[in-house]
Amino acid sequence: MPVQYEGVLAEHAWTRAHASLFDVSHMGPCFFALNGALGGEDAHRAAAALVERLAPSDIAGLRPGQMRYTVLLNEDGGVIDDLMVARHPDFDQSGALYIVANAGGKAGDFARLAAAAEGRASLRPGDDLCLLALQGPEAEAALLAFAPAAASLGFMEAWTGQILGAPATVARCGYTGEDGFEILIDPAAAAILFERLLEDARVKPAGLGARDSLRLEAGLCLYGHDLDETISPVEADLPWIIPKRRRLAGDFPGAARILRELREGPARKRVGLAPLGKAPAREGVEIVREGRTVGRVTSGGFGASIAAPISMGYVEAASSAPGTSLDLLVRGQPRAASVVALPFVPHRYKRSPP
Amino acid sequence: MTLRYTKEHEWVRIEGAVWVCGVSAYAAEQLGDVVYVELPARGRSVKAGAEMAVVESAKAASDVYAPVSGTVADVNDALGEAPQLVNEGPEGQGWLVKLTPADPGEFDALMDAAAYQAFLKDL
Repeated sequence: MPVQYEGVLAEHAWTRAHASLFDVSHMGPCFFALNGALGGEDAHRAAAALVERLAPSDIAGLRPGQMRYTVLLNEDGGVIDDLMVARHPDFDQSGALYIVANAGGKAGDFARLAAAAEGRASLRPGDDLCLLALQGPEAEAALLAFAPAAASLGFMEAWTGQILGAPATVARCGYTGEDGFEILIDPAAAAILFERLLEDARVKPAGLGARDSLRLEAGLCLYGHDLDETISPVEADLPWIIPKRRRLAGDFPGAARILRELREGPARKRVGLAPLGKAPAREGVEIVREGRTVGRVTSGGFGASIAAPISMGYVEAASSAPGTSLDLLVRGQPRAASVVALPFVPHRYKRSPP
Repeated sequence: MTLRYTKEHEWVRIEGAVWVCGVSAYAAEQLGDVVYVELPARGRSVKAGAEMAVVESAKAASDVYAPVSGTVADVNDALGEAPQLVNEGPEGQGWLVKLTPADPGEFDALMDAAAYQAFLKDL
């Protein structure tokens, strides 16, 4: 995946207005399935319980085809990686989960998940497959010609079937804040699908640069920057990934710290930062309030849709309320900024009616 | 107008007593969409090879180095509202800084256009 094709700003704007195609095959898709007979609610619960040993979300409660964002935790409640977990859409295949991890962490994640399964489930990496992300308000219309059933999915729902005669897994999700799909398919079919989708006048290719500025505007975390092994999901302002059942049970790694932070509030918190001037404040920039360092920028750049610099970072809880005035030390110069609510650009996901 | 170039991809043009400096078309292309330019204060002394300005694109922040020691005579204030001028006219309206050089004779030590093109081919 190149950094850019036509240019970061043009690709960013096209994604928000039409549809962009990203080759995200560097990501870490895998299939995690119970050993033995699949099918039925019990098989799903058994597989889900194995993943829940490492992740604090409700995997057991997934309906067939439902996908959820979650994290793997270390014993201190720090985030080892963030990932997507989907239950197989076919009830008869319950006990099989589709997981997408980050490129950098996939080998470790796969080893951890396999170890947590203790021989009761097997993990098959999808390294031999390609992952294409089709993102933007016209993504559904563009996908319709190739996978009509997938085009009718709701947000965070997955489908399996055939695209161009090849087995494919499609999830309605993404990393841009727009409606869109991620399509897992073998390389030969992926190459043809990539070409065919680009024949659609609504679709253009986009690179890593636009992917990063789109996700930043959408307030989404980038692992290794906005999340790492010292940061808890509560500090990352992701408490919603931990449902009531898991909080009551406290049955995940680092529960003591995470439950305390949920109760008392975390010492630091991920926030949006809007510089008042035009200078971007990038990763590593010190955040100062009344002369005292209160945090650090973890992601920053230029928000092409709002035509202004935007950043995310961690600040002390006392400085995390939206509207708080801070300074960002850009090349040693204090630059005024405000804490703002995330996302910078509202999400436009296509949610199913409840 | 004769332009001379540095190995750090700045260009220089003589305008009376000052050197007009910017980034080369090649550098602008490599940077991609420029979204912010940080310029030095007028009157600031700069040392040859030291950071003189910062050009930020959608991708990253890049330092621009002084091609000669001297004093900042003027800066391109238009870039405050229109940083994209660096992409639209890198070797023209997208100029960055005017320097009063300590040693104007340094100009002849810089690469001419043909030498710079040859230098780019070897990158």
